[in-house]
Amino acid sequence: MNLLFSALIILFGGSLIALLTRKSTLATRVGTLSVLTATPLAICDALTVLIGGQPLALNLPWSVPGGEFALLLDPLAAFFVLPIAVLSLFCALYAGPYMRHDGQTRSLAPHWFLFNIMIVAMLLVVTAANTVLFLSAWEMMTISSFFLVAWNHRQEEVRKAAWLYLLVAHFGMVLLLALFILVSSYCGSLNFSDFGSLSQLPLSSASVLYLLALFGFGVKAGLFPVHIWLPDAHPAAPSHVSALMSGVLIKTAIYGILRFLCLLPPAPAWWGWLLALLGATGALYGISLAAQQRDIKRCLAYSTVENVGIIFLGLGFGMVATANGQPTIAMFAYAGGLLHLWNHALFKGVMFLGAGTLVHATGTRDMNRMGGLLRRMPLAGVLWIGGSLAISALPPLNGLVSEWLIYISLADAGITQQGFVALAPLLLIGLLGMVGALALLTFSRLIGICLLGEARDPVAANAHEAKPAMLISMGVPLAACLTIGLFPQGALRLLSTTLLQLTGNPIETELVSAVSPLGNAAVLLLFALGAITVVFVWLRHRRPQTQSTTWGCGYQFPSPRISYTGEGYSELALRHLLPKIMRPDISGGRINGMFPAPTKLAQQAHDPVLTRILLPLFISIANRFQRLRWLQQGQLPIYLCYIFITNTILMIWCLWAGRHAGG
Amino acid sequence: MIELTNPLLLAVILINFFTLGSARLGACIRVVALQGALLALLPLATHGMSGHALILGAGALLLKGIFIPTLLLRAIREVRIRREVEPIIGFVPTLIIGALTTAGAFIFADFLPLIAEHHEGFYVPTALATIFTGFLLLITRRKAITQILGYLLLENGIFIFGVLLSAAMPLMVEAGVLLDLLVGVFVMGIVLNQINREFSTLNTERLSALKE
Repeated sequence: MNLLFSALIILFGGSLIALLTRKSTLATRVGTLSVLTATPLAICDALTVLIGGQPLALNLPWSVPGGEFALLLDPLAAFFVLPIAVLSLFCALYAGPYMRHDGQTRSLAPHWFLFNIMIVAMLLVVTAANTVLFLSAWEMMTISSFFLVAWNHRQEEVRKAAWLYLLVAHFGMVLLLALFILVSSYCGSLNFSDFGSLSQLPLSSASVLYLLALFGFGVKAGLFPVHIWLPDAHPAAPSHVSALMSGVLIKTAIYGILRFLCLLPPAPAWWGWLLALLGATGALYGISLAAQQRDIKRCLAYSTVENVGIIFLGLGFGMVATANGQPTIAMFAYAGGLLHLWNHALFKGVMFLGAGTLVHATGTRDMNRMGGLLRRMPLAGVLWIGGSLAISALPPLNGLVSEWLIYISLADAGITQQGFVALAPLLLIGLLGMVGALALLTFSRLIGICLLGEARDPVAANAHEAKPAMLISMGVPLAACLTIGLFPQGALRLLSTTLLQLTGNPIETELVSAVSPLGNAAVLLLFALGAITVVFVWLRHRRPQTQSTTWGCGYQFPSPRISYTGEGYSELALRHLLPKIMRPDISGGRINGMFPAPTKLAQQAHDPVLTRILLPLFISIANRFQRLRWLQQGQLPIYLCYIFITNTILMIWCLWAGRHAGG
Repeated sequence: MIELTNPLLLAVILINFFTLGSARLGACIRVVALQGALLALLPLATHGMSGHALILGAGALLLKGIFIPTLLLRAIREVRIRREVEPIIGFVPTLIIGALTTAGAFIFADFLPLIAEHHEGFYVPTALATIFTGFLLLITRRKAITQILGYLLLENGIFIFGVLLSAAMPLMVEAGVLLDLLVGVFVMGIVLNQINREFSTLNTERLSALKE
């Protein structure tokens, strides 16, 4: 615990020193160095707990009323500390060269201050064992990430995205406050250690708490109907911040949900079904919108919604199986969900950092202006392709392992159960399969349009290779992805203490034996791929090929602009697959007459939940509240009068309530 | 100690009435300064000559009795106003309302679930009455100076409550309250100057132009 605590101190100190610096380079050095020294300490502590299974605790006096600086690092917390520390390390390493250009025109001191504070806040959130500490860390995390999202605040869309994020995050905060007030008034204490009496709650009030936790935390996690801030905020933020937010910040919300599930009484099946269905819907929704985006980072943001959906599907189905008394299936589902959480942190980190190198090299996020980048930035391109393979759950990388576990649990549940109930898990398999197919479409499109072919625009033609530090910070997580893919048993062993805490059952050999053939097959596949590559390269070497332009389909002067666009690639699949409400708005493109005039075609992908449901809802609410404008007269005495009346009423009410309560 | 504190507190209430009934700003400021000075005696009268009470009294005397009134007197000299004209509610009606709220405060204090030693003495009713007076002044007057006075009275009321609790309340909290007051007056002073420069008047109702 001392290691983790000193890591927190180093990060906090580093953030304060970074704030005091004047030069951008110095701020970068201080910020990076503090993260680089602090995170290995946190990783050490997390690994100790994950392997040994013995929780560590720390209690310090704290003068805040009701607060206690109590930290608890049990396997569940350590499970989240590990990816937070790992990804922070690489994001900090990446940020230096990525932000250097920005640092020439403005001071990077605030950036590093906020970045380190955000890491401190995330570590505190998952280890806090006191309500006040937890909520203040949660708020610190929201505020620091808000400022980081708003880093390029001179652009209006960035300001709008950050504002939406702040609004939605505070909506979640209201639910969380209600949750914690209810819980602590029931238990009579603000410390998590005294929340044990929650497990005796009657089902109805426990369900209220569960729903509050699900949506209060779900807002941050990108749970399906309340994910709306995510697709705007991730493109707006600098890439390493999006990587950190998408990779681990949203996962702290999953931590909150899991923590409450451990405290609440045994979950009835419908809690699990709700979570699994929201997860499956979110996965399908997220990936089908990801396949439509031109903005590469927005595409990745929607893919985050998809992956969080898969994680929720696994965890939710684990709850269902536990409620139905099938511990083995529950173990598979939980293991799949948890492993996917780690996997997503790794490969989404690689993907966002890779997207950052592309943005850094070309200055645009629009994939239709890229193309041919693999030739100009081969190393970053290859790493990005590796990340895409992992995220599309292709062997030999790690995405497959976790989804494989979820598939197994769904299939087992479908086979072992009798009658109508068996239909639901089998249907979920179908949905998950569809998600996988769409993910393949999305990421082949992302790679194909951005990296392959010819440069469509001068910005892509003048792209440069990424700096070594940026490549390292992409390469190491990708290597970790490959390791998990080749050796999944090891990752599952690390998960065993967390699984024990969540399910109450020790890890079964069945679980390990289910994934080890996968790992062996992955090793074989890797060797086979290597052999094929060697043969291919040798053949090409022996018979050098002449290069010429692609056949232009009969056009006289083919140019790179007639190659496939992002929209063109996904059109066929989406036009036949998606319901009308999910399809993008298409304007123009009609051709009339014998000799048609030049025409334009534009395609705009919207978030249907935001534009068709939530925005109209809130606009109509705002219109209704317009009628209350007469309260606002602009006269100071009248405002003071309001305060006076409110205070008097509150005072009388307190007195009255106190008398009645006292008898 | 009741013998000494009750006359003090009665004087505080009388000063409340004076500020409600008087139109002359200079007199009002001086009277509020006097109230501040009287309140500075209150901790000493209540708790005896302890170090804590001395610091508290000295702080109150310096800020409320001397520093802020001097600032305000200088301010009205500079902006050349002497009288509060056309209050939103006339002087006599405000006096009547003030009397009613004071009576209400006395009745209300009887209902409060206080510990026995706070029931005797006029602390709680005086504190409530002063707070109410401060609010009345804030609500009914137009000039920014009078509103600052209302704010001061409000703080004085809170201070009386604080004296009651000063055995339990750490010094930091009271110091914080005093600092808060000082900052508040400074901010209002700046606002005052800005209103004066912008609208060539100190009437706060012109601020309604700022309404969106």
